[in-house]
Amino acid sequence: MSSELLLRIRDLHIEGRADEQWLPIINGVDLDLQRGRVLGLIGESGAGKSTLGLAAMGFTRDGCRISGGSIEFDGTDLLALSKLQRRALLGKRIAYVAQSAAASFNPAHKILNQHTEAPVYHGVMSKTESQGDGMELYRKLRLPDPDNIGFRYPHQVSGGQLQRAMTAMAMSCRPDLIIFDEPTTALDVTTQIEVLAAIRDIVEQFGTAAIYITHDLAVVAQMADDIKVLLRGDEVEQADTRSMLANPREEYTKSLWAVCSFQRPLKADVAQDSVPVVSVAGVTAAYNKSADVLHDVSFDVHRGRTVAVVGESGSGKSTVARCIMGLLPPKQGAVLYNGEALPASYKKRTKEQLRCVQMIYQMADTALNPRVRIKDIIGRPVEFYRGLKGKQRDDRVAELLEQIELDPSQYMQRRPTELSGGQKQRIGIARALAAEPEFIICDEVTSALDQLVAEGILRLLARLQDELNIAYMFITHDLATVRAIADEVVVMKEGRVVEAGPKEEMFTPPHHPYTDLLLSSVPEMDPDWLTKLLAERGVDNIGDAAVARMN
Amino acid sequence: MRSVSTIILQRLGLGVLTLIVVSLVIFCAVEMLPGDFAEAILGQGATPEAVTAIREQLGLDKPVVQRYLGWLGNAVTGDFGVSFARLNFASNFGASTNTTVVSVADQLKPRFVNTLFLAGVAASIAVPLSLIIGILAALYRNSVFDRVANVFTLTSISSPEFFVAYILILFLAVLNPILPSLSNIYETMDFGARLKATLLPALVLTLVVTAHMMRMTRAAIINLLASPYIEMARLKGLSPVRVILRHALPNALAPIINVIALNLAYLITGVVVVEVVFVYPGVGQLFVDSVKIRDIPLVQACCLIFAAAYVLLNLLADVMSIISNPRLRHPK
Repeated sequence: MSSELLLRIRDLHIEGRADEQWLPIINGVDLDLQRGRVLGLIGESGAGKSTLGLAAMGFTRDGCRISGGSIEFDGTDLLALSKLQRRALLGKRIAYVAQSAAASFNPAHKILNQHTEAPVYHGVMSKTESQGDGMELYRKLRLPDPDNIGFRYPHQVSGGQLQRAMTAMAMSCRPDLIIFDEPTTALDVTTQIEVLAAIRDIVEQFGTAAIYITHDLAVVAQMADDIKVLLRGDEVEQADTRSMLANPREEYTKSLWAVCSFQRPLKADVAQDSVPVVSVAGVTAAYNKSADVLHDVSFDVHRGRTVAVVGESGSGKSTVARCIMGLLPPKQGAVLYNGEALPASYKKRTKEQLRCVQMIYQMADTALNPRVRIKDIIGRPVEFYRGLKGKQRDDRVAELLEQIELDPSQYMQRRPTELSGGQKQRIGIARALAAEPEFIICDEVTSALDQLVAEGILRLLARLQDELNIAYMFITHDLATVRAIADEVVVMKEGRVVEAGPKEEMFTPPHHPYTDLLLSSVPEMDPDWLTKLLAERGVDNIGDAAVARMN
Repeated sequence: MRSVSTIILQRLGLGVLTLIVVSLVIFCAVEMLPGDFAEAILGQGATPEAVTAIREQLGLDKPVVQRYLGWLGNAVTGDFGVSFARLNFASNFGASTNTTVVSVADQLKPRFVNTLFLAGVAASIAVPLSLIIGILAALYRNSVFDRVANVFTLTSISSPEFFVAYILILFLAVLNPILPSLSNIYETMDFGARLKATLLPALVLTLVVTAHMMRMTRAAIINLLASPYIEMARLKGLSPVRVILRHALPNALAPIINVIALNLAYLITGVVVVEVVFVYPGVGQLFVDSVKIRDIPLVQACCLIFAAAYVLLNLLADVMSIISNPRLRHPK
């Protein structure tokens, strides 16, 4: 049974429409999938992973077309079917789990009603049967209160729970094949592990074949039997998971594996009597009149050093940044700059005080005005803070562009839309540097970028710190980034600092139980990591359940 | 998040405030018009003595603020005063024949009922029609049907109302005498006859308001078609009709409801031209006539009714938008 071929793709070509012409997205990829096997598709953004995954359902997004090749599912050629015949397979025999469950559940309907829709529509089960089955699946996926959670609306359920509910929804017709399209990318690590365990468990129980799309190697190592690496629409190589991890053949695959190696050398300890550049002192803050989101948060950032602020979504990391910037005046406590308190609101700060604290944003796309040329994006703070005009200003902009490793003659006149994601983030860095600050807040600056590009940004930030002696507050949820760049680490949970200290201490036990949970939840490249961890901790001691137990 | 009832109460309060501001604006506007009622009614016989006498009788000689406050106070209790034009000024010219006084409310009531009837007939054709065309246009977007529907509705909204009216009269009353070209409405009419007399102006109004609602329905649905949950619905193998009706439409309701409300308000307040063409006895005609002779109590009452229609319909649209949003209906 297990050797029976379920999906057979041959020489698949897919094109996408851009600027009035068809550009290739997938260039002749072959893919074989046996019943009950899980194939991992990995690659960077733009590699065509999602397009290929959807094509396995005979589906293309608007603006794309399949221009060649064949897709055979269980012996039938999907491309030869009529729309009606293909629809009869979708949802019933091939199901899809999307990246963002929050966006992929219809906000207007209850979760269980969306669950039962496909089985009832395809005539697999009656509504009552499917409801009962849904609750059973929720129980298997370890959702809390499985008998009632389905009667809630999507916005009333957390992201990790929704992602499991979507996996249950994909299972509702007991399909032969499920496409998982980055199902855990949008989740926190402690939630991710719970979803990973649930997905793996249920796929094994029902013997469902799956294509698991992700850019995270450590995740795919846990989930897949085989791995296929894609690069710009071409297959790089395919092998079973263990041999792929142990022995990648192609240079590109090796470079993907090597990303996690960047690590800065340890710095000497901070002198006892040195005054921190920025010191957050007992800050308690709230938005409007709602409950406090920060409780007595304190930490120091010293000159030329990087403090990584780690925590999951909702832990208050970005709120601390807003307090430091003066965007959200704290209710209690203060932000000290070189030992002196900064006015709580940015409106009351002097230009000099504003200059010294700068910020780089997560989404370079939205943080740069798309209508303004690079020259002016960087030139404005040069003019505003330094008072340089005309040629002097342009020279300074050119100098800054060289610092961020972009050629001034090429980039001065461009607009942000003509740049790649990594280049945009570099412009964001240059804009912060233009003020010649002593302290920069980096808010998840690498989390929207591919691994190789992100590494480039981290190396750049490290080099700038060494050259200019700037202090960074590095907000992130990614512990690999912390390992690479941090000198000190602050762990936050629910608006409180639960643990703080030098990096080497933070990565060696004993930990605060939350730090421990956070660290142990980060997937490792070892394909047995998840199995071992589940055996060690127990299935009920991971994710939300473990956090709840801690409280 | 504030509760639904708080939001509704707040909107109601704002609505009342809007009405007061509107009444003030109207009062000032009428005040600024050249000429006044006394001069208009007396025409050639406007001797200074007669003008003064009528002004005194109507209280037009009192200060503006006092008149406004007095009127507002009465209006709050439901008394909109007495129409100047229906007052008997015969006493000023000698013989007195008739002393019955017709209040503005009595005068407006039958007209307003007629207007509501016309608006109701037009709305019950236009709203379902534009929703259906809008949904079909979204379903078969960029098809021939979509383009034809767009061109047709846009043409009808771009043509002047009287032109559309005469075209319809030509085809449905003159060439094929199916419907009467004049809306002869009287109080004792039975429903069927009334409906028949109203149908032609209602059809004209339908053509005028369909385009907005249809295009908003189409746009609101198409706007959602790129969302991940629509893709999810398509990947479940559902038919396009089901995807649109069950997955897109419930989330597109808020903007559609708002445009419907605006158009319904238009049906009540903006139909003067159509009323004139069909000699339909609605509020619009009464309003225009009373402006002509500076009949201030009637003008103000009409304006207040129009403003109240806008405020109420928008309030209704807000409430329905809230109800259509599960995030507001079922807070966390």
